[in-house]
Order: sequence, then structure tokens, then C-alpha cells
Amino acid sequence: MSELVYEGKGVIVHIKGPVVEAEGMRGAKIREVVYVGEEKLIGEIVRIEGDKAIIQVYEPTGGVKAGEPVERTGEPLSAELGPGLLGQVLDGLGRPLEVIAEKAGGPFITRGIKAPTLPRDKKWKWTPLVKPGDDVIAGDVLGTVPEGSVTHKIMLPPTIEKAKVIEVLPEGDYTIEEPVVVVEHIGGKEEVKMYHKWPVRTPRPFREKLAPVELLVTGQRVIDTFFPIVKGGTSAVPGGFGTGKTVTLHQISKWADADVVVYVGCGERGNEMTDLLHTFPKLVDPKSGRPLLDRSVLIANTSNMPVPAREASIFMGITYAEYYRDMGLHVVLTADSTSRWAEALRELSSRLEEIPSERGYPAYLPDYIASFYERAGRIKVQGRRDELGSVAVIGAVSPSGGDLNEPVTQHTMRYVGAFWALDKDLAFKRHFPSINWLRSFSKYTGGLREWWIKNTGHDMMAYRDKAMALLQRASSLEEVARVVGEAALSDENRLVLLSAELIKEGFLVQNAFHEVDTYCSPKKQALLLKTLLEFYDRARPMIDAGVPISRISEMKSLGLLRRLKFVPEEDFENAVKEAIAQLEAEISSLLAEVR
Amino acid sequence: MSVYGLTYKGIDQVKGPLVIMRGVPGAAYEEVVRIYSEDGREWFGQVLEAGRDKVVIQVLGDTEGLDSNAMVKFTGSTLKIPVSDEMLGRVFNGAGEPIDGGPKIRADDYRDINGAPINPAKRDYPDEFIETGISAIDGMLSLIRGQKLPIFSESGLPHNEVAAQVARQAVVPGKAERFSIVFAAVGLKYDDVLFFRRQFEEFGALSRSVLFLNLANDPVIERITTPRVALTAAEYLAFDLGMDVLVIITDMTNYCEALRELSSAREEVPSRKGYPGYMYSDLASIYERAGRIIGRPGSITFMPILTMPGGDLTHPIPDLTGYITEGQIFLDLDLHNRGIYPPINVLPSLSRLMKDGIGPGKTREDHKEVSDQLYAAYSQGTKARELVQIVGEAGLSPREKLYLEFARRFEREFVAQGFRERRSIEETLDIAWDILSILPEAELTRISEKTLNKFHPKRRIAAQAEGE
Ligand SMILES: Nc1ncnc2c1ncn2[C@@H]1O[C@H](COP(=O)(O)OP(=O)(O)OP(=O)(O)O)[C@@H](O)[C@H]1O
Ligand SMILES: [Mg+2]
Repeated sequence: MSELVYEGKGVIVHIKGPVVEAEGMRGAKIREVVYVGEEKLIGEIVRIEGDKAIIQVYEPTGGVKAGEPVERTGEPLSAELGPGLLGQVLDGLGRPLEVIAEKAGGPFITRGIKAPTLPRDKKWKWTPLVKPGDDVIAGDVLGTVPEGSVTHKIMLPPTIEKAKVIEVLPEGDYTIEEPVVVVEHIGGKEEVKMYHKWPVRTPRPFREKLAPVELLVTGQRVIDTFFPIVKGGTSAVPGGFGTGKTVTLHQISKWADADVVVYVGCGERGNEMTDLLHTFPKLVDPKSGRPLLDRSVLIANTSNMPVPAREASIFMGITYAEYYRDMGLHVVLTADSTSRWAEALRELSSRLEEIPSERGYPAYLPDYIASFYERAGRIKVQGRRDELGSVAVIGAVSPSGGDLNEPVTQHTMRYVGAFWALDKDLAFKRHFPSINWLRSFSKYTGGLREWWIKNTGHDMMAYRDKAMALLQRASSLEEVARVVGEAALSDENRLVLLSAELIKEGFLVQNAFHEVDTYCSPKKQALLLKTLLEFYDRARPMIDAGVPISRISEMKSLGLLRRLKFVPEEDFENAVKEAIAQLEAEISSLLAEVR
Repeated sequence: MSVYGLTYKGIDQVKGPLVIMRGVPGAAYEEVVRIYSEDGREWFGQVLEAGRDKVVIQVLGDTEGLDSNAMVKFTGSTLKIPVSDEMLGRVFNGAGEPIDGGPKIRADDYRDINGAPINPAKRDYPDEFIETGISAIDGMLSLIRGQKLPIFSESGLPHNEVAAQVARQAVVPGKAERFSIVFAAVGLKYDDVLFFRRQFEEFGALSRSVLFLNLANDPVIERITTPRVALTAAEYLAFDLGMDVLVIITDMTNYCEALRELSSAREEVPSRKGYPGYMYSDLASIYERAGRIIGRPGSITFMPILTMPGGDLTHPIPDLTGYITEGQIFLDLDLHNRGIYPPINVLPSLSRLMKDGIGPGKTREDHKEVSDQLYAAYSQGTKARELVQIVGEAGLSPREKLYLEFARRFEREFVAQGFRERRSIEETLDIAWDILSILPEAELTRISEKTLNKFHPKRRIAAQAEGE
């Protein structure tokens, strides 16, 4: 007699918030997606006890009763991967928000809506790259379609190891549901469409992981110069509320020299997503000349949307990022905020009555954080191509009370290559980005000297070290000044403070909302820092000659230097020359006065 | 099977605000129940856990007098309130029932008090300046139509006055219509309620106001519903009737304490300081109801008030609030003690939506730069003031002395103003220039050459002289 292994339907016995218990679930798998209740709410099995399944439901469960059915799908939570992702705004489960609005018939999100991620009726211009008889392996490119600002490669999915092509549709316009290629493999014939599904919690395969070495230019001076991130690297941005995490992530998704950007708004504000939706269609990507939205996937699972879907949203996002990486593209994923994601985990864990560890988080929090950041990297793609792709991951962290000693920040710190610690005191002063130069780090600086020399002609890492030394000296002098007053310091020391102040105002402070200052090219960064550093060297002899510091700090050229950053790229070199000329003139006249 | 409409007799256990029943297999999660005791008293409750074997009900109101003989009626519906334009001018309790002696209101619809999340793709980006007539706010923390901007205060500080002044003076330039007001008192003293009522009356706003009152001696558990009921009313006025609604809820600290009490009654694992781990999401489900919606004329501008326990900005209540709201207006005990009204400390304050709501065509082209410069200079000034405590004024450098003077004038001339004084944004910015002009121009690094030329008082005088 055969054993019944798939009943397909269970029955709810208990509902407590987003956690639902169902019986009659024998044969169900952990992480399987189920439809819960009469309204078929989307859920995922998180625990199995005999024929009982514990389900985390991704939609509000108000009104659901014991006795209602639970329907199994047999599939894990998956992302749809194919053309049509770019330019989309999705919720944490990959449903397009526009389609949700249409189906809900209004601006409020209702329950039980099913909406596939990729449009089914849209036609894509298919160019085949294989012909019948070709042998192909997983990752090989079967053909391409243009999508947004990229050439979208349709690849043999990782699930088919190797096969022979037996049919190929000719060049033309097709929907994603049409099988563009038919292949034959050990298992038999298989139709390959322009899209496939991939379980979001499983990293996508690649041939080899490589060390990341190339600067990811963000156009943000304090980042690129002082605490850089590389293509395929990882970074965390911790900071209390209002310190500038979101603005930093927005800036990176706008300006980073990436091919594709995935922005995950996870448990944050609705209006911040709206802000992106307003600006992305208007801003032009200098690389492709197309609106930024054409290179972006936006995921919006805001703080008032169901908490469990927050947990899913990050995995959904990283899966999209890996998919474009597999095409040989450079991808940046920004997640705001990973703390809300960890809190979703904590909430689930506490509802499952697991034993809490630090601050109520489950003991597996570190593994969980690692499982996300480890999916970043620079890799050799699958298939017979010599192509490299990368995913850089940048996560905001929102420590409670702004205290960086809490578990999420601490565990994140262990897995990231760069750490941009935002500082409340700097933010209060409106020193933005409020990245604290003494508490932040980047492990990538070592490999970047060559990059700067090659791309800007400047040994930027040497400038960086010099500027850092100056800032550190100033910081210990400030400690002293806080006790005895600046007036009590020697003029020499006060010159150090003045020069450090110039680096802060003239270089570190960067206004995201100023039309010029919002982006600063590496070339401009290098020349600017070099110029500002010259101030100290040139002013130092004046101190020895006896020029009082009060006269030095009144020099008009200081004002010019402080505002150099606002000069557009095309006029910049001239402006630097003028500022230096004026500085020299003022110095000579001051020196003449004391002689 | 549902138990909708069925009445059960007998409950198993009463545990604080929780009632536990067995043998009610079809209760729906979050369903509302009515509970009657044998002596005819009535309670309201909501299903917190719906199981085949066990149902847990959270009871609104004091559970004293509830015993195992009580009758429980299942209503089959989540918590809803009737809504219509008849709400205007009326006073309700925290459950949405009229308490002004007037009739029940006509119901154009019944709305779930939890609302539903606004689809982020259907939000309209808030970018219209609201002139409150208060310099510190308009100049440096501009309030935007559809923004959620809380007041962070401490007991003893005039947060009620500031909120009332905003309610009285707020206008969207170019719009004739005034804001409708939805006011919710959460665990408030009667005196405070009376203050707001008199204010609304005095400036003729009562007929365009809706009041929801949960007083200090009202059931603690109703503090959980009060803000939700108020926002449900506000959503109806704003997004169905097209009104610009200003929602004032005070004191959100009492709300959070009620949430903590409830959580501990449910024996949940607490997070920081005993507050539940889900308090962030819970508060977000309230605060995120503010905003604007594409294609609908109305708006919800939300000004919740909270008192920071011990004046501590890192306490979970202000902390989690700050992580959700679009900035905060910080009231400062020290400024208050020095006689500054409104005692707004701009440094820890912030308006995140200001950047897109000000500038040419909206306020004035110099607004952004002036504001940035004021922040930078005031922060220098407060640093100098701290130094005075240590080394005395004589130990300051001339530059530090100048900043000290700047901070003094900034607080006395810019921040300070009368409770009934309404300054236009032009007046506000002009005062700012007056004070900024005591600093050497080389210090005004946040202001461009172009703006200096046009607005700096000294350059204006020079330009005039040249013109003559
Ligand atoms: N680079 C910048 N240039 C100019 N202003 C900035 C910059 N960074 C931050 N700000 C200012 O700081 C405010 C707060 O920044 P942001 O919203 O990014 O904070 P956050 O750290 O994300 O806070 P939360 O945790 O509450 O979300 C912004 O609204 C803006 O006014
Ligand atoms: Mg943020």
C-alpha cells in the first residue's frame, strides 16, 4: 500500500498574531509557502511538529478562525527572476505595489492579493545566442533582451547542470511565458523561459569568489577617500535616529557607479520610498543616460506593513541582486534598516517561544546576519564565460538609544569590510554626513592606492593618511581646549585646529541637497584634499615668523578654500589656482607686516 | 464554523486585563466581544489568541467584578467606529462613543480602528510649507503638510501651549481653508484637556474639531484604542472628505506605558526597560497614518506630544518615536528656566521634510542656507557657553566671545516670541539675518556668495549706497 505523503490541505487550530498553527500538515516541508485561511493569506512554514506546522503569515491575520483551511504550495518562498524587474517597486514578497493598488481598488493595502512580480503581457525583444545542437551548461547565455539600462542575459538556470539545445525561437518579441529555448538533458526535454524562480533563502551559485579590489565610487568624499567600499564589498551604517543613515543610502543608490541598484526599504518610512519614487525617474544615470529608475529595483516594506514580510524583503532583495550579478554586472544593494529586519526575527522568535538571548534576540542572530552579508562579493560567474560580477551590500543599522554596543551593531561589525559610524553630535551641528572619522573603519583602503593613482593621478591614500593624522591631532587638542579654552593653546596648536576645521568644513561636510556638492568625482576629491592640506604647510612658517593666529584665521582666502567644494567640476581647477594665488598673496603681505 | 453572534456562558480565568475561555472553537483573531456580568455590567474585549482549544480575550476597561459566570458574546467583527462629518464639533471617549451628551452620530461608514497601511506607491510626497508663525519652527524645522512631527518634552514644559499655538496659527500659504483639528487626550489630566478646549473655543476652532478624551482616571487599556480611534476619524475627514487635518495626540508616553502594562499582563518577553519588542512596529502603525495620498485633496499632519521620562532622549519612548517620525521638536528645560518661550532647542530638533518644502516659490530662496548657517553658528555658541562654565568669559578667544553673543541673541530674539505672536516667514528670516550679521562674513560658510549679496544686511546697505 502506498503512503499518502501530500494532502495539500491542513486546518488551522490556533492564531496568535502572525503565527498560525495548523494540523493535518504531514509531509509539509520547512520553509514551504502556504495559503492561510479562507482569504488565502501568504505564509511560510517555520516549524514542524509531527503533523502540526507552525506558520508565519505575511499578512494581517485579523478575522481568521480556527477551522479554516491551510493550502500547501509545495514550493519555498521564491523570487521571480527575469526581465521586468528594473524600474519596479515591490513589497517584501515581490508583489508590485502598483498592481496591489489596482487590485485593492484604492491607496490602502488589503489582504490576500496575489500579484506576480514580472509582467506577463509585456513583450521583450529577444535575440538568441545559441542554436539547436549547441551544448550548454548552467549560467551560459542563451540570448539577450534589452531591459532598462542593461542588456539582460537570459541564462540557462542553475537548476539545469548541462543540456543540449534542441529548439530556439528566432529573434522577435515575446512574453516571459513563451519558451524561447527548449533543451534536452538527462531528465528529458525542458522548456526554458525568459524567467525562472529561485528560493530566496538559498544563495545563487557562482564559479569562484574573488577578493574585491575595485573602488565603488559613491561620490561622497568622506566615504570614497576615508572609509571606502569596493565593488562586491560590504558596509554598515549605524547611527541613532536622524543621524543620516537614509540620506547616505539614498546618495549611494543615486550616485554609485553600479550597473544595477537594489534598494530595500525594510521597516522604515513610507514617505522615504515616495521620495525615491519622485526623484529616481527624474535623475539621469550618467553611464547610460537613462533615468535612474531604469537601473533600480525598489523594495518597500515600510514600518506599518506586516512585520514578517520585512524579514522576507531582505532575502528577496539580495536574490535579485545576485541574479543581475550573474549576468556579469556590478550591483549595489542598500538595506534600510537591517535592525528592523533583525527585530522582525526577534518578534517571530518570541512568538515561537524560543529562548531569548541578548536583548531578547534569538541565539542564532549572528548566523542570520552573516547569512545576509555573506551573499555579497565579487565572483566569477557560472557558465563558460570569463565574466566577473559583484554585489556590494550596504546596510543601515538603527541601534536602540543610539548605543553601538547593542547586539545587531556588534554582530554586523564582525561581518562587514567598512563601518561608517554616524555621530549624533555631528548631526546636531549639521555636520553631514555625520560619519565619525575616529570611530569608523574600512578594511579596503590598503588595496586602493593603485586605483587612485591610475584613475586620478594622485596618491590619494597618502593625502588620506596626512589628513587623518591632522584630524587626530586636532581631536586630542580639542579635548584640552574643552578644559582650558582655545585661547590658552599655543598659536601652533591653534593652527592645527584651524587646519583640521578646514578639512572638516571644506572636505568632510558634504551637502546631499546642494546641486553641485551632492556628488564629487574622485578627481575633484583628490585635488580638493590636496589643496586643503596645503593650507597647513603654507601657514606653518607664518607662526614661526610670529604672525598671530587671529590674523591667519581672518584671511579671506580661507573662505575661498572652505567653499571650493561648491565649484562645479568644469571650473574647479581654475578655482583652485585662484584660491592658492590669493592665499599666497595674503601670506606674503602678513609676513611683510611682521618683518 | 464561526461563533459569530453566539453567546457563551462561563469563562475559565481572569488574569489582569485578560480573559481565558475554553471550548470556543470558532472565535476569530482580533474579533470584538462583549462581556456581561450577572449583575448587568458590560465590558468590551478583543480576541488576542484564537485557538480551537483556548481563546484569550483582552478586555477594555477594569476587569474587577468579572467572574466565571460572565456571558461572552462574539460579534464577528474587528473594532470599528462609525464615521461621518457629524463627528466635527463633538467629543468622544477613547472607544469612540460620544460623551458630550449629544446624540449618536450618523454613520456614513464603519471603519476598522487599525486602519490599513497606505500603499507607499500611492503616497503623495509632502512638500508644502505650513506657516506656523513660530520662528524656530518655520525657520529651522519647517512643518510640511502631511508630515508627522512630534514634540519631545518634559513635564512642566509648555508643550500644550506650543501645540495650541501651532493649531491656532497654522496656515498653508495661499490656501483659504484652515486646518480641521482632531485632538486626542491619552491619560491626560482634566486641566490639560480644559486648556485645549478653551484654546479651540477662543480661536473659533471647536466646530472644526473632533475631541477624543481618555483622562487620567479612565481605563488604562482604552489608551491603546484612543490614538487609533482618533486617526480613524482623521483619515475619514482627510481622505474621504478632503480636509486638511491637524492631529494632536497627547501624551504618547501614557500610551506607551499602557502598552507596556498590557505586554507584561500577557507575560511577553520584554525588550528595553520593560517595553515590548514590538513597540517600534506598534508606534509605526499609528504614526505612519499621517500623510497625503495621490489624487486625494486632504492630508493628515500629525503632531503627537510625548514627555521624555527624566528628559532622556535615549529612553525607548522618544528613541523609537524619533526612528519613525519625520523629525522632532525638542523642548528644553534649560531654555524654559531661562524664560525663553517657546523653549525649542533647535540642535536636537529636526524636520526631515523641510528640504523639499522650502526655498524659492515656497518660502524664500535664502531659507535653506540661512537655516543651515543658524544651526552651525548656534552650535558654536553653545560650545562657547559650555566653556564659560569652565574658564570664565575672560578665557574665551574673541571669536568664541562673538559666538557666545550670537547664541544669546539667537535665543532672545529669534527663538523667543509671544504665545500670541505670529511672525511671517519673511519676518523670521529677516530676524535671522540681523543676528547672523554680527559674525564676520568668512564665518558664514554655509551661505553662498550669491545669497550673501542679495540678503546680507551690510551688503544690502552697501549696494543701496552704490545705487544712489
Ligand atoms: N549628507 C547630508 N546632507 C544634508 N543633510 C543631511 C545629510 N545627511 C543627513 N542630513 C539631514 O539629516 C536628516 C536625517 O537624516 P536621515 O533621515 O538620513 O537619518 P536616519 O539616520 O536615516 O534616521 P532614522 O534612523 O530615524 O531613519 C535629513 O532629513 C537631513 O536633513
Ligand atoms: Mg532613516
